[in-house]
Amino acid sequence: MPFTTIDAAAKRGVTSVQEYSLLSARALGNLFRRPFYGADIITQADMIGVGSLPIVILTGFFTGGVLALQSASTLAQFGAAAVTGQLVSMSMIKELGPVLTSLMVSGRNASGMASELGSMMVTEQIDAMRALGTDPLKKLVMPRLVATIIMMFFLTILSDTVGILGGAACAVFLLGQDSSQYFHTAYQTIHYADIIQGLVKPVFFGFIISTIGCYYGMNTRGGTQGVGRSTTQAVVVSSVMIIASDFVLSRFMIGIFGR
Amino acid sequence: MATKELAANAIDPLSDTDPSQIYPEAQAVEFQDVSIGFEGKQVLENISFRVKRGETRVLLGPAGVGKSVLLKLANGLLKPDTGRIFVFGFEVSAMRDDDLFRLRGSIGTVFQEGALFDSLTVRDNVAFRLTEERVPDEEIDRRVTEALRFVELEHTLTKFPSELSGGMRRRVAIARAIVTKPELLLYDSPTGGLDPITSTTIVELVIKQRDVAQTSSLLVTHRLQDAFMLATHHFNKETNQVEELPENQTIPSTSFLMLHQGKLVFDGTTHDLVNSKDEFIKGYIS
Repeated sequence: MPFTTIDAAAKRGVTSVQEYSLLSARALGNLFRRPFYGADIITQADMIGVGSLPIVILTGFFTGGVLALQSASTLAQFGAAAVTGQLVSMSMIKELGPVLTSLMVSGRNASGMASELGSMMVTEQIDAMRALGTDPLKKLVMPRLVATIIMMFFLTILSDTVGILGGAACAVFLLGQDSSQYFHTAYQTIHYADIIQGLVKPVFFGFIISTIGCYYGMNTRGGTQGVGRSTTQAVVVSSVMIIASDFVLSRFMIGIFGR
Repeated sequence: MATKELAANAIDPLSDTDPSQIYPEAQAVEFQDVSIGFEGKQVLENISFRVKRGETRVLLGPAGVGKSVLLKLANGLLKPDTGRIFVFGFEVSAMRDDDLFRLRGSIGTVFQEGALFDSLTVRDNVAFRLTEERVPDEEIDRRVTEALRFVELEHTLTKFPSELSGGMRRRVAIARAIVTKPELLLYDSPTGGLDPITSTTIVELVIKQRDVAQTSSLLVTHRLQDAFMLATHHFNKETNQVEELPENQTIPSTSFLMLHQGKLVFDGTTHDLVNSKDEFIKGYIS
């Protein structure tokens, strides 16, 4: 590969990171500047949060169920089938709840943001908004960012709860375990540190989903084909970023809390 | 007083004064040696011209010559590589985004394809800037109806842009641009892609706006017939009609600019344009 190609690719990469950082910082900064688009935040919260409820509930329930199903047989080999509830609740609260909810919300909403803003970009609606004296980062990006972070927090709590219930349904009705034992072990094993870990992650993931979705939307070029490309890139990049940052956050919080 | 002395880059956010009135002696628009390029290709080179207050300037040139880029530079959507751009005495090429947003309250822009917000109704599109300024609903309804009546589309209030024809969308875009009574209007090919009859309707609206409100305008077009219609027609307030001036008479406040290969090759009156000896200009207008 000629040096100029590598050079140009490196410059593009660095520029993208710089533009992404600027967009994120400005969107966050706009939270504290007037005008405050409260109504837009509520509209976005409804679209992102309430709209994602069915997929989050279904994903959480069946993940909890399959976790109980798979782990019970392995635990039974060690005579530890009684701790199925513990395994399901720990896994859901610390890892699977936040990560799977984020991946589902990313698939639904990062793509939605990228395509919506991308379409506005290629039809000059974003330029028109600027020309009308309105900052699109304030009007379009900030409400999506705030709404995604807030709703991710609550969707994760819901996913954790439904996941533990799904595990219980599987353990009780399919595996014949005792329900009070399941819930007792599930409850007893959870510490505040685990809950904090599980609830800090969706805040970061919500930030990643919204900023990546908006970044690709606001940088769309090349008509309808460009909109499609932005949509795909937004989902792929946000999903990879969620999983990668989950590792970093887990390591960081295990270091802090010691578990 | 020279614009250079007046130029400032900041607008007091607490001031109620219209930014266009802060420096009343300043030109509406002034370009000083402006150049811009994209991906190594020079698009505009050393462009200098002025738009006086109340004046209409028609920017002509073949497609792809950089006319729309020039308009985006004028309202600060793009920054020049070199040179300075002033609007109402403010140096838009060096202003912070927040100040630019405030200044744009005095500028109305009509985009090439209208650029209406497709998820908003006609009423909400036209009312967009008023809603952002937290104007009371009754006042918004009154001003939106007034603006839509100007473009003869007051019956489309509840329609979405996708339900309108191309010509109607441009007229709504004009209504959206004039609803706040801006001091400067930027028209980016308002008749591009329209049939001759609809184009005439749009140009008549531009003439009506120019003669009724005396708004400074910079209009980009590659259609010569539209440009000459602007120079040879006026709006008669008594008959409420656009009428042609007697032969050999032109509107003195409407003049021309012409771009060719990124350079400004003409800056003058209608008379100068039709009598130009420049080969390119002669070929373009013939």
